[in-house]
Amino acid sequence: MTSNDLLRVNGLTVEFLGESGWLTAVEDVSFSVGKKECVGLVGESGSGKSVTALSVLNLHERRTTKIHGRIEYCGENTLTLPANQLRRLRGGEIAMIFQDPMSSLNPVLTIADQIIETLQLHENISAAQARRRAIELLEWVRIPDAARRVDEYPHRLSGGMRQRVMIAMAIACKPKLLIADEPTTALDVTIQAEILNLLRELQNELDMSVLLITHDLGVIAEFVQRVVVMYAGQVIEEAPVMRLFDQPMHPYSQGLINAIPPLHTDVHRLSSIPGQLPDPYEVHSGCRFSARCSELVPACLNSQPSLIEFSNGGSSRCPVRVELSGLNR
Amino acid sequence: MSDPILSVKGLSKSFELKGSWGLSSATLRAVDDVSFDIFSGETLGLVGESGSGKSTIGRSVVGLLKPTQGVIQMFGTDISQNNTDAFKKIRRKVQIVFQDPQGSLNPRMRIENAIAEPLDISGDYSAMDRADRVKELIELVGLPRDCGKRFSHEFSGGQRQRIGIARALALNPDFIVCDEPVSALDVSMQAQVVNLLLDLQEKLNLSYLFIAHDLAVVRHVSTRVAVMYAGRIVELAPRLDLYSKPLHPYTQALMDAVPLPRPGTQKSVGVPGEVPSLLNPPSGCAFHTRCPQATQRCSVEKPDYRRITQHHYVACHLIE
Repeated sequence: MTSNDLLRVNGLTVEFLGESGWLTAVEDVSFSVGKKECVGLVGESGSGKSVTALSVLNLHERRTTKIHGRIEYCGENTLTLPANQLRRLRGGEIAMIFQDPMSSLNPVLTIADQIIETLQLHENISAAQARRRAIELLEWVRIPDAARRVDEYPHRLSGGMRQRVMIAMAIACKPKLLIADEPTTALDVTIQAEILNLLRELQNELDMSVLLITHDLGVIAEFVQRVVVMYAGQVIEEAPVMRLFDQPMHPYSQGLINAIPPLHTDVHRLSSIPGQLPDPYEVHSGCRFSARCSELVPACLNSQPSLIEFSNGGSSRCPVRVELSGLNR
Repeated sequence: MSDPILSVKGLSKSFELKGSWGLSSATLRAVDDVSFDIFSGETLGLVGESGSGKSTIGRSVVGLLKPTQGVIQMFGTDISQNNTDAFKKIRRKVQIVFQDPQGSLNPRMRIENAIAEPLDISGDYSAMDRADRVKELIELVGLPRDCGKRFSHEFSGGQRQRIGIARALALNPDFIVCDEPVSALDVSMQAQVVNLLLDLQEKLNLSYLFIAHDLAVVRHVSTRVAVMYAGRIVELAPRLDLYSKPLHPYTQALMDAVPLPRPGTQKSVGVPGEVPSLLNPPSGCAFHTRCPQATQRCSVEKPDYRRITQHHYVACHLIE
């Protein structure tokens, strides 16, 4: 980690109170996001990606959640910040967009009402000024006919347009960090490409950092510089995007990459990762991926491997692959 | 070529939207004059954006929707009037697998009963045959052997989709409509389920209508592929022809929009604008509002769906 980091997550562990007691959703997760950097967080559903993202803004229900570790944003620990300062960060310095824009927009308020609310919460401006800003923002995210659309209700807009509205709200206060949780998963590919393009432009114009959460490695390959791969609540690999695709240092990353059906070539059968994510209540003696791993050696079952860091950046939780690759630790 | 298993000719389906006092206020034309055949043992892939009419076609050919116009022939019998005796006889040969396996399984039913439901309805299975068949189906789709007594919530998304497939296979169908069967699954689960569908096709000589919005998955499973836009098929071709030489500008645009898992290569390009409203479709070619190559003619005259080479069909004025 360097002084250029905007966000540092350090040893984050999140436990939830479930039906059969406390379960660990995220265990000892550490990574950082640099200024103006795009970092991807990848993994299957249930791997702990979204839980990690929600922790950054301390959005978990307090009574049923235990959080350990530190999340430093510009030197402040968001996990211990008093409520009024957290409110300043949320939607102001750190903005978040979600997968399903329909359930994150209020159906009984117009687009104008919702953007104006955000603006007035963080800035001292009049309603008329805020309304003008709202229209500008909608134009910025390229919603056609913004002056008229601003007074419509969310259900009148298509999925792509709703996601644009969410993005407009997110960038309203020029955040330094945008957390995008599966922002294009619910959209058609044609619309997805447009939204990614828009996010890329906004990121450049605003000098924003982006933490992009997705399970789509195609989106990752296009959008981010560095990737953090999660499996069963742990970081299992971190790598610059090129290295991840050229030389994945964990069999799980390799499996994810291989499972993508190719668009321009033919294969007889897709390569898949057999089995499924382990039960979160299960106690692991060895590597969490061992039950599905094709490169298993007896040592994998004896002790939980720790994250091995490489001298030129990145890390992996698979000692077998690291040994074979000859990368410098 | 032998006779097709399924032959759809001029299929249209409109929905009346109800206004106040129950009066019909508008007509939504979900599918407009669609024709295609599916032959024994093949898979026809059906791709398009949401709202293009893919699922309406899928539901029509299994008899869940009654077409407004057109003929659907299954094994040579017209099933478009879906209440006839002839249809009832054919019905068990035609099954469907849905996108959301959780939403299509009764949460209060043990999965052995869920899988056996088609057997019970058929009335052809004694208690012993029924138990044997359920056991056989559970094994066929690769579920753990002892899972029959469990409920659907105890399974992962991929396993639930296997239950959905087992149900569809219960009465030995010849033809299965797969309506976005892997769209809700993670990529590793998606690969497992796609491989299962391909294995089953080989083993049981099934024909599929495979509906999906993921072009790469469709390439992988299909024999031929049809591309839909705003209720019409705009291009239909054998798999390799379509992917190596897409003719319709919309097909080309769809391909360019797929992000490739290779960092540093060309970025995906979207299609500006929106899918047109089916309540008020554009004049001429429905794609002309978003088409980069549209001419004056495209906004006036609706292009015919015509044959370009022996197996390649397209609806576009720009193609000679």
